[in-house]
Amino acid sequence: MAHAHNHGHDFHHEHGSELSEMQLRTRAIETILLEKGYIEQAAIDELIETYEKKIGPRNGAQVVAKAWVDPKFRKWLLEDGTAAIGSLGFGGRSGNHLVALENTPLLHNMVVCTLCSCYPWAVLGLPPLWYKSAPYRSRAVADPRGVLKDFGIELPKDTEIRVWDSTAELRYMVVPMRPAGTEGWSEEKLADLVTRDSMIGTGFPKSPKDLK
Amino acid sequence: MAYDQHDHDRFELSETQLRVRALETVLTEKGYVDPAALDLLIETYETKVGPHNGARVVAKAWTDPAYRARLFKEATSAIAELGYAGRQGEHIVALENTPKRHNMVVCTLCSCYPWPVLGLPPVWYKSAPYRSRAVADPRGVLKDFGITLPKDTEIRVWDSTSEIRYLVVPMRPPGTEGWNEDKLAELVTRDSMIGAGLPKSPKDVK
Amino acid sequence: MNGGHDIGGMDGFGPVQPEPNEPVFHSQWEKRAFALTLAAGVAGGWNIDMSRFARENRPPNEYLTMSYYQIWFAALEAMLKERALVSDDEIAAGQTLKAPKPVSCILKADDVARVLYHGDPTERETKTKPAFKAGDRVRAKMMNPVTHTRLPRYVRGHLGTIDRVIGCHVFPDSNAAGAGENPQWLYTVRFDGGELWGADADPSVTVSVDAWEPYLLPA
Repeated sequence: MAHAHNHGHDFHHEHGSELSEMQLRTRAIETILLEKGYIEQAAIDELIETYEKKIGPRNGAQVVAKAWVDPKFRKWLLEDGTAAIGSLGFGGRSGNHLVALENTPLLHNMVVCTLCSCYPWAVLGLPPLWYKSAPYRSRAVADPRGVLKDFGIELPKDTEIRVWDSTAELRYMVVPMRPAGTEGWSEEKLADLVTRDSMIGTGFPKSPKDLK
Repeated sequence: MAYDQHDHDRFELSETQLRVRALETVLTEKGYVDPAALDLLIETYETKVGPHNGARVVAKAWTDPAYRARLFKEATSAIAELGYAGRQGEHIVALENTPKRHNMVVCTLCSCYPWPVLGLPPVWYKSAPYRSRAVADPRGVLKDFGITLPKDTEIRVWDSTSEIRYLVVPMRPPGTEGWNEDKLAELVTRDSMIGAGLPKSPKDVK
Repeated sequence: MNGGHDIGGMDGFGPVQPEPNEPVFHSQWEKRAFALTLAAGVAGGWNIDMSRFARENRPPNEYLTMSYYQIWFAALEAMLKERALVSDDEIAAGQTLKAPKPVSCILKADDVARVLYHGDPTERETKTKPAFKAGDRVRAKMMNPVTHTRLPRYVRGHLGTIDRVIGCHVFPDSNAAGAGENPQWLYTVRFDGGELWGADADPSVTVSVDAWEPYLLPA
């Protein structure tokens, strides 16, 4: 199957020959499953379209922005993530059981799935490659500060870091702290500050000066 | 695969061959290694040091009760009596198999092995299947070697995590009364001294 | 199983390398592999726990060198073959060679949005009571099943604290083995970094897992 070359940082990029091998294999399975009537072409296309274009971190950004401006929503979100997020129309696959984790000046949350790639699709879309790869999965639980350093982040030594390994069907999203200098901003404008990584716990939201 | 697995191996092998040759050339040219020494190292472990050494130790233990006692008391010196000693055998412990107890030796972390008495380890000993399963499922491993021990036999697995090296002394096969050491040594297999096998029986030798 | 996927705390993989402006899919085949996995799951009738086990169940040296969607796809092929929905010679030929097996349901385009939005909730009704409550000290069992489990090796045998009682949820160890949902009480259990990694560990770090009751013992 795959070569056992040591490509170092390139390990997840395939050779030309592997690329065409995978193309052939996926095409073969797709052809057979279609011919046997096990799948429908339009359903396949719809699945791809949904996760490429429709569901993504913008959903989670809206949740966070609302929590920043609306204290009642924030409270609800932290008590019952599934229901609060569901009220905004987000939920379903990999989002049936959502838990929101609040970052504070003393506490930083980070989410990982060491065993595979569990991720809150309903609010963040499909996970990025780094989240699913061995360096993050192996190190987040052992050396979260080292991982944050890879993201260019250093937290004060006395900040508690809570790492959450998503071993069950609960899906976690981090509610980062609201950036300073955003008083009176609309939810929509605030959502522009909320990065995907800040909702995983490997980044911070943008600050006002980052937006133009 | 887009191309044959064997082509892949040949390509890899020649790449490695080239790299090894390149390094040997450079080290020799710089005077860091002596080519004659390299040849001797290879010859030593290809032809001189091997499981035939351990087989003699075991055969002697089978016939000479006083030697057997010395071997289990302090194996390094007992083995040195026969002229076997040195690298990767500076601290040897002999493990006695009995009808109630079977010993098996592994190095889960790499490939530690008692070179002076067994030579260099076979590929299976150094590979992931043995290293991962010997400590978790020794009976399953023995099955891979075609061996089933009675359910109540204690199996002791020894993970060689330090510089202590272990030599299993298998039980003497029945029907060998009066045999001399040389003939007995022919029954002692390498695998029986690792604990992944049993000695041959008289009918296996001609 | 103690497979190549259970890598929490394993060393040697190098730094985390985020890709700027990463596309959702890196190639056409990845898109197909993704969609085929979801759609074939409906026809094949397997559950997500079986899917995960099929992915974990690669030889570790292959798992660790395969890309993410290569693992998904290899697992898909394995599950389709296991259920005799597709055969090796059909895969080699790239076309159907024998008649399809009847399946109870397939995913239609019109269903996609609804099915995705409904998802797959795992909480179940129960008359049993949880054995533990928040604040209880528990020990993760030393267990090494060869079948699917969600108790990572790095916490087994370690002492933690119940952070929260989550609810009664489908138990993957049973569900993956085709032994039924067997729902069990699920908890978030938090471990101190020092407990997991030793005296030199960062004192500011704690790690939690979500663990079902059969994984835990009172401490």
